[in-house]
Amino acid sequence: MGVSIEHYLILAALIFAIGCAGVLLRRNVIVILMSVELMLNAVNLTFVALARQQLSMDGQVIVFFVMTVAAAEVAVGLAIFLAIYSQRRTVNADDINLLRW
Amino acid sequence: MIAFYFVALLMIASALTVILHRNPIYSALALVNTLFLIAVSFVLLDAELIAMLQVIVYAGAIVILFLFVIMLLNVEAEKHAFRLSRAGTAGLALALLLAVELGVLVVVWEPARVETPPAGFGSTELLAEHLFARSFLPFELTSVLLLVAVVGAVVMARRKA
Repeated sequence: MGVSIEHYLILAALIFAIGCAGVLLRRNVIVILMSVELMLNAVNLTFVALARQQLSMDGQVIVFFVMTVAAAEVAVGLAIFLAIYSQRRTVNADDINLLRW
Repeated sequence: MIAFYFVALLMIASALTVILHRNPIYSALALVNTLFLIAVSFVLLDAELIAMLQVIVYAGAIVILFLFVIMLLNVEAEKHAFRLSRAGTAGLALALLLAVELGVLVVVWEPARVETPPAGFGSTELLAEHLFARSFLPFELTSVLLLVAVVGAVVMARRKA
């Protein structure tokens, strides 16, 4: 083990904040989706660290489901970007204002 | 101990590369690195099966999908990769606030002592038992979710303008 659980939680918090900054700062929608993946993985790290501390397998089972949802989300998201690109020739989040009024 | 700090430093560096590099290809490669390092920390936390799944599902499938789409769309490096608007600055401030907030929460929180795990903790047998005995319905529902996602992705991507 070596390190206490707080170290893992702080690391996960940092990765989550980095992903959050990426979502808010970048213009490229593909990079925004990658930042969302970073945030999901930070949460997974938290789940596994707390499962280790509580000695309960439930945290690891939840990580399994989070991975499934992440895979589905990426597939649908990238398909949406492909459809938008074929219509508008852009992946810039500032140019995609179809749902903005 | 040293392994953790090594992994942590590399993980933060490659996560920063993901969000800071102008070229999306390099962002995707840094994302592979980050996800692999997260798998390493799963191994350090006695979650061997989850670590394997992390490498196979994320590095093997999801990032390949990212790279495939980046190359398909021929996205080149951007000149103005960042939003330096008021909203972007506010977003950066909010993200920093979030990091500080989570850090304070973790430091204030006093966890129970970490004990050595019983034999077989994190093993495939134990995870499978929990997955199929206790959360069988959610497990079956994820297969429906994946089916819907596949059909949705194909419909979205094939739609003609």
